[in-house]
Amino acid sequence: MPSKIKIRVNGQMREVESEADTPLLYVLTDEMHLQGPRFGCGLSQCGSCSVLLDGVEIRSCVTPVSAANGKSVTTLEGLPHWYAEQEKLAKAPELHPIQQAVIDEQAVQCGYCYNGMMIKAAELLSKNSRPSDAQIRAAMNGHLCRCGSYPRMMGAIRRASEMMHGAHVAEQSAEASGSELAENVAAGGGEVAR
Amino acid sequence: MSEKAREVAETAVDTQKHWPRVPSGMPRRDFLKAGGALIVGFSSASLIADSLFAQGPLPYRMPGPDQKQIDTWLAIHSDNTATVYIGYVELGQGSTTSLLQVSAEELDFDMSQVRTVRLDTNVSPDQGGTYSSSAIARGSPAIRQAAAAARQALLKMASERLGAPVEKLTVAKAVVSVVGVPGKSVSYGELIGDKRFHIEITGKEPLKPVAEYKLVGARPLRNDIPAKARGTYTYLQHVRLPGMVHGRIVRPRGQGAYGVGAKVKSLDESSIAHIPGARVLRKGDFVGVIAPREWDAVRAARALKIEWDMPPMLPGSDHVYEAMRAEKTNDRVIVNRGDVDAAFSGASVAHTATGTYHGPYQCHACFGPNGAVADVRADSALLFCSSQDVYTTRATVARIVGLKPDQVRGQYYEGSGTYGHSCYDDAAQAAAILSQLAGKPVRLQFMRWDEHGWDPYGPAHVGEVRIAADANGKLVAYQYDGWHHNWAAVEASQQLLGTPAAEWPLGPARQVNPNDCGGMYAIPNWKLVNHQVPGLKYLRGAWMRSPLDLSFSFASEQTMDELARMLGMDAYAFRLMNIANDRWRGVLDAVARAAEWNPRPPASPLSDAKVVRGRGIGLGTHLTSYGGAVAEVEVNKETGQVRVTHLYGAIDAGLAVNPAFIENQISGQLVQATSRMLKEEVTFNKTNVTSLDWNSYPILRFEECPEVTPIVVQRLNQRSTGAGEEVMAAAAGAIACAFFDATGVRMREYPLTPKRVLSALRQS
Repeated sequence: MPSKIKIRVNGQMREVESEADTPLLYVLTDEMHLQGPRFGCGLSQCGSCSVLLDGVEIRSCVTPVSAANGKSVTTLEGLPHWYAEQEKLAKAPELHPIQQAVIDEQAVQCGYCYNGMMIKAAELLSKNSRPSDAQIRAAMNGHLCRCGSYPRMMGAIRRASEMMHGAHVAEQSAEASGSELAENVAAGGGEVAR
Repeated sequence: MSEKAREVAETAVDTQKHWPRVPSGMPRRDFLKAGGALIVGFSSASLIADSLFAQGPLPYRMPGPDQKQIDTWLAIHSDNTATVYIGYVELGQGSTTSLLQVSAEELDFDMSQVRTVRLDTNVSPDQGGTYSSSAIARGSPAIRQAAAAARQALLKMASERLGAPVEKLTVAKAVVSVVGVPGKSVSYGELIGDKRFHIEITGKEPLKPVAEYKLVGARPLRNDIPAKARGTYTYLQHVRLPGMVHGRIVRPRGQGAYGVGAKVKSLDESSIAHIPGARVLRKGDFVGVIAPREWDAVRAARALKIEWDMPPMLPGSDHVYEAMRAEKTNDRVIVNRGDVDAAFSGASVAHTATGTYHGPYQCHACFGPNGAVADVRADSALLFCSSQDVYTTRATVARIVGLKPDQVRGQYYEGSGTYGHSCYDDAAQAAAILSQLAGKPVRLQFMRWDEHGWDPYGPAHVGEVRIAADANGKLVAYQYDGWHHNWAAVEASQQLLGTPAAEWPLGPARQVNPNDCGGMYAIPNWKLVNHQVPGLKYLRGAWMRSPLDLSFSFASEQTMDELARMLGMDAYAFRLMNIANDRWRGVLDAVARAAEWNPRPPASPLSDAKVVRGRGIGLGTHLTSYGGAVAEVEVNKETGQVRVTHLYGAIDAGLAVNPAFIENQISGQLVQATSRMLKEEVTFNKTNVTSLDWNSYPILRFEECPEVTPIVVQRLNQRSTGAGEEVMAAAAGAIACAFFDATGVRMREYPLTPKRVLSALRQS
């Protein structure tokens, strides 16, 4: 029985066939064949399944699709489009700066966790385009990487931040971004140490 | 935290260039046209499956390609590009790119002109499994020779076409021209485009001299990263087949003793009757569920009422070391040089350091749990899996479903990093069993607790070490006795069907490793004894990245450190004066220099501060190559928290085909070694494993990550050897020595958790 749930996925309105209590992850992967969000633990522990729900990083493996009804879901595939909306660009770039930075830094090993890594980093950069190292560590702490690529992800976030400023992206005040960051981390759903 | 010594990538990235998209009219090799499936052009998982089925009945059966033929290894297309067929798989280490570098170098292609396809048992040469850091070491010679044979053939064709002797020909970007005659040229594509060579490789074709290398040793970018960054890379977890159902296994949460497995006591199929389309499938004690919708399969596996009979045979993780030590073991002397017993009691001995050290079971803990997609039919089967060795996996799967190996077509899709033998074979078998029972294609996905709970773990280890030196610091005698069990030879799925548990025969990587236990030092009297514990009362074991090496180095390098302290010598200087050869000296010097090592004896002076700092140095490797590491740590003596602040790691792997990829590997190994030394241990009670997720089996987090400095020691004239695991042991030793340097307390067991650290600090 169709659930009559509608979600905007990467800019397109989509009707959901799955039942309302189905985790969003399975709708995105099995119904919509998206390859960004992916199964990691099903327990909200690792960040493999992260997507942006109205711009906030959530764990799609434990979020029922009903919670996304009428909202906007951005997956890794949709980051360039979302970035263009955020930055009011006329046209979506080919890649979000964090995606380009991940390529430039050759950050990836297996890359399986990079969906969550890039989603979380994009969220962080949207609220604080010049994060300090400590802010990056704190924001990213709920995302695990078994290959141990954290140092390179750190480098990629720094690089993306520089790229965004090189491209004359509107700056945000340091005070505002600091407090937003705390909310952003709290809303992230991941486990954050300290 | 960051990675410091890495060079900046020299070119801006052109994603199109480095991720060659397959043109729609891409020519395929003719035997593919004869009925093979499309194995390239993967834009989405569903498309792959569609393209397979679009060609009519699936050609699952096909003989493996003949490795003597050039055509098995590469095809040159009319557009002057080449497809290289590689028998090794991409595990996130970049080896498919570096093997392309090797072939492009030999043929004088530009990197943008070459691509590869995923490993397929009907298409790709069987080069053996991608483990033991073998992709470059064992993979590159065969590919290099095939490319050299193709080059020779192409030059001969060009010579006839251009009317010039071969010696006068030169090649750039796959265009052959005549030296000194401008405008006279022909491309490889024009010479052979999309036709087969039909030429046997003799093995005697001349290879390009190393001095002329342009691509090998350079740093082209990895071909898999752009799609991974975009979210368009197809992992195994994305693969779907038309008409398939979703499957989940149903097992006890956490494995018990390997030898006894688990028996179904009772099963109530009606307990999942409320879930649409869900079915229980059972064969022996193998139980699974299937459902058309994935979430229904997940719910059914959870809801199924099942009771298991699991005898409490395990020693429990708190008593595993004493249990192993008390076993009647199968003992083998691995090395026996000189006369160790006489040497230890000899007059020249001034100091003897001894110690007993313990290393836990550790879990591969793949970030994305394993899975597989199988379509098993009466006379053939198709299997998508992420095995390190697809050929062996399909042979086992064939046996289980009652087919011959060549009736099963296996295709590789990368899963998340596996770091050795995780559950990929178990998942492939489970998918095939479910598909056979269901009579339709099944996509099986392990859940997190399946992966953590049924992993074939890296085995626990007890090491007893004794090392003696003379008054000048020269090593006199070394003895290492190691206790651990062997690897499981039967996957859980197969065992649940009724196959009795069995262990591998003794061999390298599962016995005391001379490369870690004294081999880096010049020791006149040297004895290594392997005490093989019978494994059936323990957890299932398998190779896990740098198998046992972290435990060996933890024990051996700490004992070396202890001797340095007794001698009042600096730990680096002490190792240097006893070093076995130049290659070990090379990695030792490299890390000491990078870390700006200042000489002083370990743990001197000691600080009374609450948070103390220390540094340590270590050597170690796996079966080949040479690894060295320096660790800098911080210990909070009140909380017991250990923080690795900086790790320097060097690998000498002979000729480094792509130093950038090795730096990435070193960086990852240093972080993973930190995780394994500080946090990781499989816990279990007498009945089963209890560490089933990321909370009960924590790994290193972003905030805990050290700075890393990877160093590649390039040896252009040495054979390429492995680089995927060869610095982890050195890092393990260095971290443990750094802890001692900071606190003056010797840790005898890892991981160095706050609880264990506080207990050790209190006892001192």
